[in-house]
Amino acid sequence: MSPLTVAVMPIGLVFGAVAASKGLSSLEATLMSALVFAGGSQFVAMDIWTHPASWGALAFSALLVNIRHVLMSASLGTKMPAFSGPAKYAAMLLLADEIWAMAEVRAGQARLTPAWYAGLAVPFYCVWVLSSVAGAAAGALLGDPRAIGLDFAFPAVFTVLVMGFWKGRDTGAVLFSSAAAAVFAHQFLPGVWYIAAGAAAGVAATLLTSRRQEVCA
Amino acid sequence: MTLDPDTLLAIIAMAAATVLTRIAGLLVIRFVAIGPQQKRALEAIPPAVLMAVIAPTALVTGLAETLATVATALAAMRLPLLAAVAIGVLVVAIARALIGA
Repeated sequence: MSPLTVAVMPIGLVFGAVAASKGLSSLEATLMSALVFAGGSQFVAMDIWTHPASWGALAFSALLVNIRHVLMSASLGTKMPAFSGPAKYAAMLLLADEIWAMAEVRAGQARLTPAWYAGLAVPFYCVWVLSSVAGAAAGALLGDPRAIGLDFAFPAVFTVLVMGFWKGRDTGAVLFSSAAAAVFAHQFLPGVWYIAAGAAAGVAATLLTSRRQEVCA
Repeated sequence: MTLDPDTLLAIIAMAAATVLTRIAGLLVIRFVAIGPQQKRALEAIPPAVLMAVIAPTALVTGLAETLATVATALAAMRLPLLAAVAIGVLVVAIARALIGA
């Protein structure tokens, strides 16, 4: 089992526990991990979860959070000559940030084979789903998550992930614009539009800073 | 073990949206060339989205949440994910107890 697969375990546990605190049954939390299999978007879904669930808002936010997969699969897709057409698409169904990163590194050292990819991705997927099951079962026993601060678990996970994307001042501009636009939209617009507003402002900021650099260069 | 129909629909919609993003890259490289500008824009999306999600909690919910977000961010520079998250949860619980929120 790769260190990667061990590292996903606590995240799955936290997801399951948080899902239980939002009123999802263990079956529902497990189904989400098994079918969506994208931690970031699942945590976002828990953040904006309503009863009854609003599928449009949830699908839209999943699309926004996971749009990075487009770049990842485009990049990795050029490094898969050993894969048949259908195998390429099957492999992409198990694409995740960590798997992508490992596969990119591997492709730089050796030929990327379906067997190597499956050996990485399949255990990772199974551990993600099983740890979600365990977290959901444990979470149901914990009671009110606010009392022990557990409702803060996903904002905390995101904070850590955001710090991981830090690549200097340009990232600062993206984050600042996104935060400002999101807070503004959150005050005045209903639903999850604040996420779209933050995403748009962040992208606008990165395009503006790159244009400025081109002018300076 | 319950399965709410609205929840099931939401999970399937999320799964469909996510599958679309996963295979879209393979379709994109068959038909479009991604230049440096497009790459920059795509790369900015994940941090921008994550920041947007936490901004209302971090900045305009309460002092306890703001303090805990700062503590988590600082912890993330040195500690692994789970330890940083545990610190954030601990800080928010203590701060709420002290402030009485």
